[in-house]
Amino acid sequence: MADFTPTEMMTITAARALTSDDVCFVGIGAPSAACNVARLTHAPDITLIYESGTIGTAPEVLPLSIGDGELCETALCTVAVPEMFRYWLQGGRISIGFLGAAQLDKFGNINTTVIGDYHHPKVRLPGGGGAPEIATSCGEIYITLKQATRSMVEKIDFYTSFGHGDGGDHRQRLGITTKGPTLLITDLAIWKPDPVTKEFTVVSLHPGVTREMVQETCGWTVKYADNLEETPAPTALELSTLRDLHARTAAAHAGSK
Amino acid sequence: MAEFLSLKDAVARNLFDGDTVAFEGFTHLIPHAAAHEAIRQGIKDLTLVRMTPDIIYDQMIGMGMARKVVFSYAGNPGVGLLRRMRDAIENQFPRAIETVEHSHSAMAQAYEAGAAGLPLAVFRGYKGADLPKVNPDIKSVTCPFTGEQLAAIPSHRPDVTFIHAQKASAKGDVLIEGIIGVQKEAALAAKRVVVTVEEVVPDFKGLHPNLCILPHWTIDAVAVVKGGAHPSYTHGYYARDNKTYLEWDKISSDRELFAAWMKQNVLDVGPDVFAGRVEGL
Repeated sequence: MADFTPTEMMTITAARALTSDDVCFVGIGAPSAACNVARLTHAPDITLIYESGTIGTAPEVLPLSIGDGELCETALCTVAVPEMFRYWLQGGRISIGFLGAAQLDKFGNINTTVIGDYHHPKVRLPGGGGAPEIATSCGEIYITLKQATRSMVEKIDFYTSFGHGDGGDHRQRLGITTKGPTLLITDLAIWKPDPVTKEFTVVSLHPGVTREMVQETCGWTVKYADNLEETPAPTALELSTLRDLHARTAAAHAGSK
Repeated sequence: MAEFLSLKDAVARNLFDGDTVAFEGFTHLIPHAAAHEAIRQGIKDLTLVRMTPDIIYDQMIGMGMARKVVFSYAGNPGVGLLRRMRDAIENQFPRAIETVEHSHSAMAQAYEAGAAGLPLAVFRGYKGADLPKVNPDIKSVTCPFTGEQLAAIPSHRPDVTFIHAQKASAKGDVLIEGIIGVQKEAALAAKRVVVTVEEVVPDFKGLHPNLCILPHWTIDAVAVVKGGAHPSYTHGYYARDNKTYLEWDKISSDRELFAAWMKQNVLDVGPDVFAGRVEGL
């Protein structure tokens, strides 16, 4: 078995969750890497959509931004941004929204807006971009982030995008008809919401990861599924696909003048 | 009716102190040269509207030109935060700015509503999100047919919109292709429109009939600025200069480094430097 890093394990695990039947709205960063590894391995027919309007894109290198030319050149078609949000996202055409997070709580609510008070922030983060409506209009939401106590917190400072709110049937009570967060993939574990409370629960630990490691890097008290599994290690093909993608990307971005 | 002007005249005749202005471009075709000309002309008290403010608004905010920013993602895409904008929000440097924050969906639909001559955009949005608590412009309406509660925000009606495009015809019609973003909507929503282009061609005969074209009678001024989107890109002409976006993170992190960079690369030069910046891209 080849050596691999926790981040590689995270990206490859996230990639495995995707299939050729999915229509996936891709966030930049870790979600973008995972979606493209899926496309380059077991899910060649997956439809990847970036909010710049590129539908069915197949980039050779990972884009730095959501609107790199590579995305348009390899897309089935490119639509205007208002059309992207109205017809395709709001129209219910997208099965999976794949998001990262600066701050996440145990119910899958995400903050990418501010740390501290909104009007007098300690740190002003970029904000939501497309996320507030991605979180409620896609069929379901997958989230990926590296574990740390400052990012996985008991209470987020700002609801940029809504997950399961206070848990339970909170989405339905707000009239939201989509499933919301159904999967959280970190560098240490796979988490799924409890069917009733909707609290994220660890269902699988990545190879070599202990319960202590998961708790030490998480700001809430971690709950585990009764039949806790171990995530299969990355295969040689998965690792080489991811590493080649990163190498091509680094060369392409450094090569810009 | 489109008039071919130098960039200096196009900006001077269309952008004024206190205006609400949109410099649009969704990663692609960002009108950097036009923004730099506005910076050189020292225009003040602007309300800057843009989905993703990124480097050009970071520069304009850092130079103290903005009193208000209307936006949905204040980041350097794929790189990180906007450090001049953060300094203004967190430390009121070089001046305090008011912020009006939306989601991308809301911003795109507000431009579309503006282009459509409507006073508001209506959409299914912001459910469960905190933005409506901090942005009084986000309200809700009840659908008169189904009873569904929908989000409502005012349409965007900028005094002037600046965009960059591939080419103009000799008459001043403008062609945009690739990632077309919200440029058409932002242009048609505005009272005045200024377009910078890579080149002028005699006409658009023989091109695909469905290309995005703004007729010359929707545009006030066209200025030819080769490379005018750099470090953004122009599909079919030059690629995005990702390295410059990465470097901006460092330049913008320090007030003095920023001021020196702006003097050397914006204040002391003219629009003709852009052609050299895209060579080899």
